[in-house]
Amino acid sequence: MSGTGIGAAVRRKEDQRFITGKGHYTDDINRPGQVFAYFVRSPHAHATIKSIDAKAASAMPGVVAVLTGVELANDKIGNLICGWMIHSKDGTPMKMAAHPALANGKACHVGDPVAVALAETLPQARDAAEKVKVDYAVLPAVANPAAAQKPGAPQIHDIAPNNTIYQWHLGDAKAVEAAFKSAKHVTKLDIVNNRLVPNAIEPRAAIGDYDSGTGAFTLWNTTQNPHVARLVIAAFVGMAPEHKLRVIAPDVGGGFGSKIFIYPEEVVALWSSKRVDRPVKWVCDRSEAFLADAHGRDHVTHAEMAFDADGRIVALRAKTIANLGAYMSTFSSSVPTYLYATLLSGQYDIPHIYCEVDAVYTNTGPVDAYRGAGRPEATFVVERLVEVGAREMGLDPAELRRKNFVQKFPHQTPVIMSYDAGDYNASLKKAMELADYKGFGKRKRESARHGKLRGIGLSTYIEACGIAPSQAVGSLGCGVGLWESAEVRVNPTGSVEVLTGTHAHGQGHETTFAQVVSERLGIPIDNISVVHGDTDKVQFGMGTYGSRSGAVGMSALVKALDKVEAKAKKVAAHLLEAAEGDIEFKDGKFSVAGTDKSAAWGDVSLNAYIAHKFSGAELEPGLKEGAFYDPTNFTFPAGCHICEVEVDTDTGNTEIVAWTAVDDFGVVVNPMIVEGQVHGGIAQGVGQALCEGAVYDKDGQLVTGSFMDYAMPRANFLPTLKVDTTMTRCPSNPLGIKGCGEAGAIAAPAAVINAITDAIGTENLAMPATPATVWAAIQKSGMPRAA
Amino acid sequence: MATAGDTVAVSLTVNGKPVSANVDPRTLLVQLLRENLRLTGTHVGCDTSQCGACVVHVNGKAIKSCTVLALQIEGADVLTIEGLAPADGPLHPMQEAFRENHGLQCGYCTPGMIMTAVDLVRRKGNELDDRTIREELEGNICRCTGYHNIVKAIAAGARAMRGSGATSQAAE
Repeated sequence: MSGTGIGAAVRRKEDQRFITGKGHYTDDINRPGQVFAYFVRSPHAHATIKSIDAKAASAMPGVVAVLTGVELANDKIGNLICGWMIHSKDGTPMKMAAHPALANGKACHVGDPVAVALAETLPQARDAAEKVKVDYAVLPAVANPAAAQKPGAPQIHDIAPNNTIYQWHLGDAKAVEAAFKSAKHVTKLDIVNNRLVPNAIEPRAAIGDYDSGTGAFTLWNTTQNPHVARLVIAAFVGMAPEHKLRVIAPDVGGGFGSKIFIYPEEVVALWSSKRVDRPVKWVCDRSEAFLADAHGRDHVTHAEMAFDADGRIVALRAKTIANLGAYMSTFSSSVPTYLYATLLSGQYDIPHIYCEVDAVYTNTGPVDAYRGAGRPEATFVVERLVEVGAREMGLDPAELRRKNFVQKFPHQTPVIMSYDAGDYNASLKKAMELADYKGFGKRKRESARHGKLRGIGLSTYIEACGIAPSQAVGSLGCGVGLWESAEVRVNPTGSVEVLTGTHAHGQGHETTFAQVVSERLGIPIDNISVVHGDTDKVQFGMGTYGSRSGAVGMSALVKALDKVEAKAKKVAAHLLEAAEGDIEFKDGKFSVAGTDKSAAWGDVSLNAYIAHKFSGAELEPGLKEGAFYDPTNFTFPAGCHICEVEVDTDTGNTEIVAWTAVDDFGVVVNPMIVEGQVHGGIAQGVGQALCEGAVYDKDGQLVTGSFMDYAMPRANFLPTLKVDTTMTRCPSNPLGIKGCGEAGAIAAPAAVINAITDAIGTENLAMPATPATVWAAIQKSGMPRAA
Repeated sequence: MATAGDTVAVSLTVNGKPVSANVDPRTLLVQLLRENLRLTGTHVGCDTSQCGACVVHVNGKAIKSCTVLALQIEGADVLTIEGLAPADGPLHPMQEAFRENHGLQCGYCTPGMIMTAVDLVRRKGNELDDRTIREELEGNICRCTGYHNIVKAIAAGARAMRGSGATSQAAE
């Protein structure tokens, strides 16, 4: 390992601009002649739009245009789409309702955009939007997913009777039924996986810029996947041919999934730019983001786990209702199906699993992937069932887990996945040692002495990352391939540009991708730049989500580097007047085997371009190679998180007093960055468990619509985190990487709830476990006060 | 009373330089900084004064620039992230500590975090324990880091500020 190669905790190259205030986020960009957009949004969860009167608004100072869904339809701008086809049990395709970028005729959730005001300044646009008169006929609304399918529930889209999008299933129902019949013990849980608002601190933003001279559009956009945005906006929305649309994702301030999707506002920014022939800039307010960003989770589940007399898990079954909101967002259909039910085996050897999922429309904002996407929901089901099962059977929860761990690899689960490598005993053992699991009893007694109930909770999670093998996801309904691309451009002076189809919005790719190059070519990290986020520079790529950038994106980079090295050896052979087969490359130096003849990296790169040492008939000049890498399997990061809490019985307040995480991410490129990813994931998982929850009232009004009402985890909410790793290489990609971006958010909620329920002696506890919820649970369980 | 469309003049000192602008009376300090002065390091992350991405120093104290009208601070001395370290000089110790301790990921909350941290040192000194730092960050939200490395960075930055010549009043 060189000082800046794979495995080194290299300080981030991107930090200089961020710590000096010189980042370039979308809102920092302004185009000459731009106008500002402000959206008129439905204040009703469900309403017919009878008419829109924009006369007064259009006459306001500075107003350039007020546009509605009628003009959008007249201009034949296509609908937004969901790109993953799910079929119901009966073989019928999912019921995808039309999703125009501006509501036309009907608004289906609070915040549904119905018109846009464009003006010279943002205050003028805002003032004009206020003056747009929309005549609504309010309809009854349904917000609760469990109520959406009930007889008499308001019907949101004609295409979807009973608001049902699909009724999907996975697994062998009969085998599961038989296993449950012969089981010694069955554990049952009703679980609500609470709805979350992603809340990247940078709100979404879009600048649409139409060039009437060339007919080409440019979109600056807060997106995690600029090429996917371009593809959808070109091919489905029909805004422009793909080659006439450039999408630029500059610095993006966090995503967590919420910036994967193609949203109405960016479509409107592009379309309206052409209408008024001026650049159009839109920046989301935070309050607007609460209504308009895709949310996460929102499952209602009944789950059961069956055990034999030895405590072995013999079967699992789950029935889930998943709320997809008012419209199907870009990848929404895949989250409660193939990203969820396929992980219900957890780290365990479970012979039979059956899962049924009904996805429903409600009069709420769209729901789609949020950090972990389906896998946190699956982990919560499995890890709560195992924990509660252990308590019911009087077994040690750690021992019950160990007994059921998958031990041999590869391991085929009954729910599609084939786990390729892992050592679940190792991560459990190490976590228990670091957490001093054995000393818990003593600490519990100590807590009791000062009036607190102490609890400990485990979560031994698994996730499927490195998303994803194209052929496999295609067979499951995905509309795109999920490979990745990379290009390595070596300059004559030997410096290198890496172009990647992944996109960083906090992950530090400018550093880690450079580390992979530095390791391979032996050149300093400062001589390498990483380019991403511009469809005019990077030919194509699928973006960043699903912990895929290392496992898939860096694998593409390795393939491209293989080609660069092969070509460079040819150049070196000419330069050193030796046979190509005799050229060796090591530590940035080319040498002729068995001689003292050598050439430095820079000599070879220069000679590749000046091309004086070889003829055009022998070799092409230049040193630039690209590669596409399609994974052959998902990757399977796994680990053990242990949470320890103290609960105040008088107030119900939970304090997390210790956190231990031991994760197996395969090979780690930069341990500092990986630890940071784990920290952030844990915070989001703890947020879900303890404080976050998007709440709609029965009329579909979002009552948690700002940071005043929606409790984001703050610094004093979290302890110092103990984070460590174990390592089994991922066998399916060249660097052995599994991925780390989502682990914390997947593992944490179950660990927290297992710890609190351990403390207070009740078995079911709703998330978020706020002081009020915990206090009520304590009262109900009749638990004596600790002291 | 000014009506919409009217502008009023405001003059203040920003990062040591006198500046003046004609603004809509509704203009917030953060808008003046970002839009009129093109100092885009100060960010807007919410509209309820909760997230702290917009923290700057006004007359030496940290404030949320999204919650004050530009007109309210006529004549004041404003310091933003761009002015924390001299343009050609070394980074402020708190900036360096954020880099060294990986106290940032997407970077969006970072300027507000650093400006808050520098003010924290002014108020509470150079030896800051974990609990103090965590409580004092009540007004700054980060979604990426889980705060772990921000807390480490602030403790280290605070210590590094002792004797470094850097004050909470900027690069004077």
